[in-house]
Amino acid sequence: MQITPTLGLLLTLSFVVSLLALSALIWAIANKQVHAPDQDDARSIFQPGEGAEIAPPTQPHHFDTERSGIDKSSSGPVMWLIGMGVFWLIYGSIHGLAASLELNLPDLMSGSAQMTFGRMRTVHLNSVIFGWSSQAGLAAIFWIIPRIFHTPLRLGWMVKLGTLIWNLALVAGVAAIANGWTDGLEWLEIPWQIDIALAIGAACFVAPLIATTRARTVHHIYVSGWYFLAAVLWFPVLFVIANIPGLHWGVEQATMNWWFAHNVLGLWLTPLGVGTAYYFIPKIIGKPIYSYAVSLVGFWALALFYSQVGIHHLIGGPVPTWLVTLSIVHSIMMFVPVIAVAINQHVTVARNMWALKASMPLRFIWFGALSYTIASFQGSIEALRSVNTITHFTQYTIGHAHLGAYAFVSLVLFGAIYQIVPRATGKYFPFPRLIGWHFWLVVVGFAIYFFSLTIGGVLQGLAMMDATRPFADSVTLLKPYLEGRSLGGGLMTLGHILLAVNLIALAFTKRTRDLETETMVAAQ
Amino acid sequence: MNRYLPLAIVSLAILAFATLLLVIVPGMQIAADGVAPGLKPYTAAEARGRAVYVSMGCLYCHSQQPRDEAQAPDGERGWGRASVAGDYAYDAPHQLGTMRTGPDLMNIGDRLPSQDWQLTHLYQPRAISNWSIMPAYPFLFTHKDKAGPTDVVVKLPPAYAPKTGVIVANQDALDLVSYLQGMKHDYAPPGDGLRDNGYAQIDARQMPQTDAAKAAQ
Repeated sequence: MQITPTLGLLLTLSFVVSLLALSALIWAIANKQVHAPDQDDARSIFQPGEGAEIAPPTQPHHFDTERSGIDKSSSGPVMWLIGMGVFWLIYGSIHGLAASLELNLPDLMSGSAQMTFGRMRTVHLNSVIFGWSSQAGLAAIFWIIPRIFHTPLRLGWMVKLGTLIWNLALVAGVAAIANGWTDGLEWLEIPWQIDIALAIGAACFVAPLIATTRARTVHHIYVSGWYFLAAVLWFPVLFVIANIPGLHWGVEQATMNWWFAHNVLGLWLTPLGVGTAYYFIPKIIGKPIYSYAVSLVGFWALALFYSQVGIHHLIGGPVPTWLVTLSIVHSIMMFVPVIAVAINQHVTVARNMWALKASMPLRFIWFGALSYTIASFQGSIEALRSVNTITHFTQYTIGHAHLGAYAFVSLVLFGAIYQIVPRATGKYFPFPRLIGWHFWLVVVGFAIYFFSLTIGGVLQGLAMMDATRPFADSVTLLKPYLEGRSLGGGLMTLGHILLAVNLIALAFTKRTRDLETETMVAAQ
Repeated sequence: MNRYLPLAIVSLAILAFATLLLVIVPGMQIAADGVAPGLKPYTAAEARGRAVYVSMGCLYCHSQQPRDEAQAPDGERGWGRASVAGDYAYDAPHQLGTMRTGPDLMNIGDRLPSQDWQLTHLYQPRAISNWSIMPAYPFLFTHKDKAGPTDVVVKLPPAYAPKTGVIVANQDALDLVSYLQGMKHDYAPPGDGLRDNGYAQIDARQMPQTDAAKAAQ
């Protein structure tokens, strides 16, 4: 089908609307039509006279009294979410590793349907996305939101209830998938009957955030807050629309599928990661981010462009040409918000390189922020027709997905956990050296993982494009690269186990810092 | 930005705009396009087999969407003509797929119609292709001492055959094979069938230029 004038007009319209909206925003900021957030707003995350939040493990950390009351309100729900998140991280990693090994040794686990590749892989995805990164991201949200609003978390019991419902539903969902009960769409495998419980759990997370936002005592909403508050509205809408049974059919279902799946990355996990980095990077360093006004452009550009990129997963497929082109154009436009975030986060870190040595959490978060830039640039390029024709249908895509969901989101969240837990529990990690080991295991493991799949994926794609080579070539050439992936995945899993060991050991240690804080509060 | 309500409203409006463009408008266009003439609904056995296909997660390695010859040699590999939206009118959940760890299956019924071949391959892919990394599905079969009158016995090379008795296909395996055998989209596509023609359009634009360059020489 040719692009008809109507559809061509629609395509142009979408692009022009996004571009005009963005131009209007920049104009408004430049001409002071709106209150452009300035560097004073960027400092709103600090208390007067407060410096870097780096706690050398040997030295007790002095809380600001107001702050200590705030942290106390959120520490319970936050620790619940972190604990469950890390459980799903380990569970998901083991399934991912097992699925990878199944491609190396296809007869290793063929004895039962529960352990077949198609199900192990799916349990892996659902565990790490909805169990690990969503919950660890929510932990970061519930930690940061009360802090930037200078008010205790409201309806904390509801967060705990939500965590309970969410995890029970997830156990049911994963068990359903393993036993062959699935909705059959990538990223939407959990049966819709169980999704109802997940949606109720999600509502239990949204309500306390809105209540806390309404009760805030600061005038300005800090940039992390924009990302978080928008994301917690976007995700439930996406999730509910995508899971309505009987509504979606045939190819329409495929476009809905990738609208949903890419927005889970773009409008849920990405805002969690970016928002968390936007809070902790300046907080740990003790200096505000480089250019606060740019962060506003970055946020709205992300919303406008990221929300429309999903159909680049169907390039060359049985979907309307205009729709594919629309998503490609917006994929390229993603350079705008990504560069805005990159300027802010990387310049702030680059001017304070000393802090990377002083703070392990910052090292994780910095690596994650760098990966966000790289993953997004790669994603934009990958959406070009000329590139996509080679990389589509290959392991290259899997490498890219892990650069985004793992090296970016997960690394930021690891850093957030290491930063939050000592402050939420008043305890130090008993094995601080394991934190360093965790970092290097996942970084080296991920490098092996990523380069194996990226190189292997390109070779696989080139083999499939060459009509003179049999299909078998694309499989046999890939085998050593798939083995490399298992090696990398194994190292990453080992790193995750170190995190779990540290967390479990911490649970059994005595409180050290909290006592002092309470004395301080009492003295006031 | 200091106010919550405008932030929430504009954020949701942007998502609504994206949903309109990525889901609702394409949905209307695809619905108007209708069923491809020549496409038959699934038989009861095929539908059951499709459910097995979905539950085993075949989707994660096999696509069902041959590409245009202007883009890739899918047709030359025997995977069939480029598919159009109307070819999927009876599909829910859709199984278009995003990976080709294994070959495209949109027309597997044309390429490999034999029930014997499919059953052997499902029981142990390496009995047919030693390079294959596809999972084996022995749990869709039963090891019996002696085949009953209605049992379908799986033909196996000695290296993969049991020492005594026979391997017979369960109903799930037979249904799955029915589904695969039915995967034939060999009817002519509708002339204006919906699909991504981006590559063909780029080709068409470049062709006259190449011809002109040749003429100039």
